[in-house]
Amino acid sequence: MVVSDLIEKFGLTAYSGKDGLDRQVTGGYASDLLSDVMGHAREGQVWITLQTHKNVMAIASLKDLAAVILVKGHGPDDDAAQQSNEEGVPVLGTTREAFEMVGELYEAFKEHEIL
Amino acid sequence: MKLLRNMKYYKADMHLHTALSPCGSLDMGPQNLVRHAVEAGLDMIAVTDHNSGRQCRSVARVASDQGLSVLCGVEVNTREEVHCLAYFPSFRELDAFDRLLYGQLADIPNDPDKFGYQVVVDEQEQIVDYPQKLLISSVDMGVDEVEQAVHRLGGLFIPAHIDRLRNGIIAQLGFIPPGLKCDALEISRHSNVETLVREHPYLADYSFLRGSDAHHPEDIGRGGTRFQLADLTWREICMALEGTGERKMELL
Repeated sequence: MVVSDLIEKFGLTAYSGKDGLDRQVTGGYASDLLSDVMGHAREGQVWITLQTHKNVMAIASLKDLAAVILVKGHGPDDDAAQQSNEEGVPVLGTTREAFEMVGELYEAFKEHEIL
Repeated sequence: MKLLRNMKYYKADMHLHTALSPCGSLDMGPQNLVRHAVEAGLDMIAVTDHNSGRQCRSVARVASDQGLSVLCGVEVNTREEVHCLAYFPSFRELDAFDRLLYGQLADIPNDPDKFGYQVVVDEQEQIVDYPQKLLISSVDMGVDEVEQAVHRLGGLFIPAHIDRLRNGIIAQLGFIPPGLKCDALEISRHSNVETLVREHPYLADYSFLRGSDAHHPEDIGRGGTRFQLADLTWREICMALEGTGERKMELL
């Protein structure tokens, strides 16, 4: 499963980082505490958060995450979108709340035997 | 820190709450707060309630009678739930910032039974107002926007208790955004700068200060900053934060 499959399956908005839409997705991580993500997220995961700060992109890129999904209709800050384009790590968005998005992703990942 | 000629030491508590903060004790009215600060041997206190500067005036009036200086400020809770101290040169800038913050504060009413009372009191400790919105909510401004707003008003911007897991900038944002213009960083009394810099080497580029973050009278002055200045003025404090003109500060 790649990032663009998630966009199609869940009707996500692709805000930025479109060069990274073919990144492989190997799981997910949900947290709004960026230090926690730095410490515990793993390469290839999609990160579900409501934080829109530029540091989100620095950490997503550092951890080599597949993509970031912003919940509740949030979009990335301008400088975050710019960094996402430069690094090729997509920022996606949904109007769902985190609980709902995580639940749907979890089901889909189980189904595709990613988890 | 060796005292240089023509300089004096000034002991300051750079972070404390009053009865206006819902989590602050009702004993933190101006009279009691100032009495404890004087007893703790402080020359200056920074009044930094959550998202509001409305208690600074009455504290400053009571303090001036006692020879205690007051730095007027706020502890902002940003959109990312990062706590940041902001200090202002006078009430004019403080009031402008206060209005900005209250407008951006989430419209959640305070429930005193759950969060505590938040009261503005006068010099005689009579309640003159109680802001409706819950002051410990976050404002709808990112940390960078807050920093810019503080600096536009000529204030000082200092991420609070950066060593703390709860609401410290490093916990919330992973690291201090390189473009964020911090005039200093505040570290709580539970950590020391050497250990923190060993863990995060980039912090060596910043200057540090400390406050008690007191919410109760007995905690005032438990953790502070000793300044070395020619005089206790806004300009001198700015110089100490910049580390210019041999103005200095060290943590207590």
